Amino acid sequence: MATEQGIEARGLVREFKSVHAVRGIDLDVAPGEIYGFLGPNGAGKSTTVHMLTTLLPPTAGTARVAGYDIVEDGPKVRASIGAALQEAALDPWLTGREHLRLQSALHGLPRRDRESRANELLERVGLMRAADRKIQTYSGGMKRRLDLALALVHGPRILFLDEPTTGLDPQSRSALWEEVNRLAREEGVTVFLTTQYLEEADILANRVGIIDHGRIVAEGTPASLKAQIGRPTVEAVPTDPRQLGAVVTVLERFGAPTQGTPGSAAVFLDGKGDLADVVRALDAEGVRIETVQLHAPSLDDVFLAKTGRKLEGDEEPEPAAE
Amino acid sequence: MSVARQVGLIAWRSARRTVRQPALVIVPLTFPLLLMAVNSNGLKAATHLPGFPTHSFLSFFLPFSFIQGSLFAASTAGTDLARDIDTGFLNRLALTPLRGTALLAGQLGGAMAQMFVQAFVYLGVGLAFGVHFASGIGGIVVLILLALTIAAGFASAGIWIALRTGNGEAVQSQFPLLFFLVFISSMNLPRNLIEVHWFRVAATLNPVSYMIEGLRSLVITGWNAEALALGFGFAFALVAVALGASALALKKQMART
Repeated sequence: MATEQGIEARGLVREFKSVHAVRGIDLDVAPGEIYGFLGPNGAGKSTTVHMLTTLLPPTAGTARVAGYDIVEDGPKVRASIGAALQEAALDPWLTGREHLRLQSALHGLPRRDRESRANELLERVGLMRAADRKIQTYSGGMKRRLDLALALVHGPRILFLDEPTTGLDPQSRSALWEEVNRLAREEGVTVFLTTQYLEEADILANRVGIIDHGRIVAEGTPASLKAQIGRPTVEAVPTDPRQLGAVVTVLERFGAPTQGTPGSAAVFLDGKGDLADVVRALDAEGVRIETVQLHAPSLDDVFLAKTGRKLEGDEEPEPAAE
Repeated sequence: MSVARQVGLIAWRSARRTVRQPALVIVPLTFPLLLMAVNSNGLKAATHLPGFPTHSFLSFFLPFSFIQGSLFAASTAGTDLARDIDTGFLNRLALTPLRGTALLAGQLGGAMAQMFVQAFVYLGVGLAFGVHFASGIGGIVVLILLALTIAAGFASAGIWIALRTGNGEAVQSQFPLLFFLVFISSMNLPRNLIEVHWFRVAATLNPVSYMIEGLRSLVITGWNAEALALGFGFAFALVAVALGASALALKKQMART
């Protein structure tokens, strides 16, 4: 279904000697879509990106990026894409502006356009004042922003971002999210984003693919994925512990019980009411409540449901490409 | 974009980053000159040996500075490329239309530019301290050309090591081996005056001896076709072999489709 501006992969496999890094991935990313590729370290995210960006030939399978075959039309694929790979790969002895000049010259931009393009991108990523400083003086966030600017220098229609916010402070992270969102929304750039942060995938991505041990184990919009694995739970703690039984009785009107924290009652909401209804019912029964909480399912719950493991904190090294 | 333009861009980057690292400029300039100063005084007595080709040990030793300078330039080229691999900068370059041949030639260009500047400094110091070129002005030009060819050879070897290992420290750790190769050559004495048999055999089998002797011939002998042919021959052979090996290693390292 991917058109000229999208990404399409079928049965993509990459093996390194005896290690199966990617075990047959199918992907369809539509033009202008932000696709979040979520998984722990070592799941095969970066290897997939390296294959899709033509830096690594696949062992098996096919993929088309911007309408071009990644094996047969490598140069055309590269001309259509921009990529900011894991770790901002910059030369500490060059300035930000010199990086942009070098990159735009190598991409064949006419000399007269290079300076204006560099200024436009420096302005956009907020590095104009630091443009003539050597990279060794840049913070991690500045490097990542320059990395993004370099990926955009030749106006690509598809952007690959490999863990673009790893190690960034919250402010730099949200600035980068904003720019990625703007690129997709205003310029129609297709974004393929790998991340190990649930929040990032949840906030940024239109659709998410969850990868584990080289296979996509779930795919869909963040909302649909969460809906797949279950309903929200509501958990209440009475002010007086002796009223716990009454709380249980009230909550069970709204759904099946589930495990809560000690001293609390918890149920899955099954559509008979929402949090407000629960609070009203407890009040009507004269139960005084210390806390009442609604837990919406998270992508981590999805990951847990699909793999039996928690996403965050779970990692193993990925061969070669990472 | 033409390959020549790409070569120019890579060479520009290589030269610029070298200039911005004072240690990479100062050490290759001063160390060979210091060694030249020490040896031209300490080993001056060697000029009294029967058959020693000149009365000036400085004239005899000056060409060795170009070999040392070449090694420093090669080390820089190799280490820089290894860091590019290590940091992922090579991947950034691989995503542009940059050709592999342009990358290799650009890295070599940067090393040769460094050697070109060093050569003028060594020459200037040598001439200032009374070195006389038996081959005249033309000999100086040929000496610079030979020194650049030798630098290209060593730099190609450095690039090959970088592409094989992808690690700057690994590249640097290989260079003492090259220095060892240089030290068991005819750097301090003509081969026919080396009395220790195994050393003379080693120096005779060592291609570096012929590179030094090619450079040296221009300073103290004049135009010696055989010495120049051997000097250029071994230097070009090193370029061809190391560059060929580098091209193969680059295909593996930059495995883009």
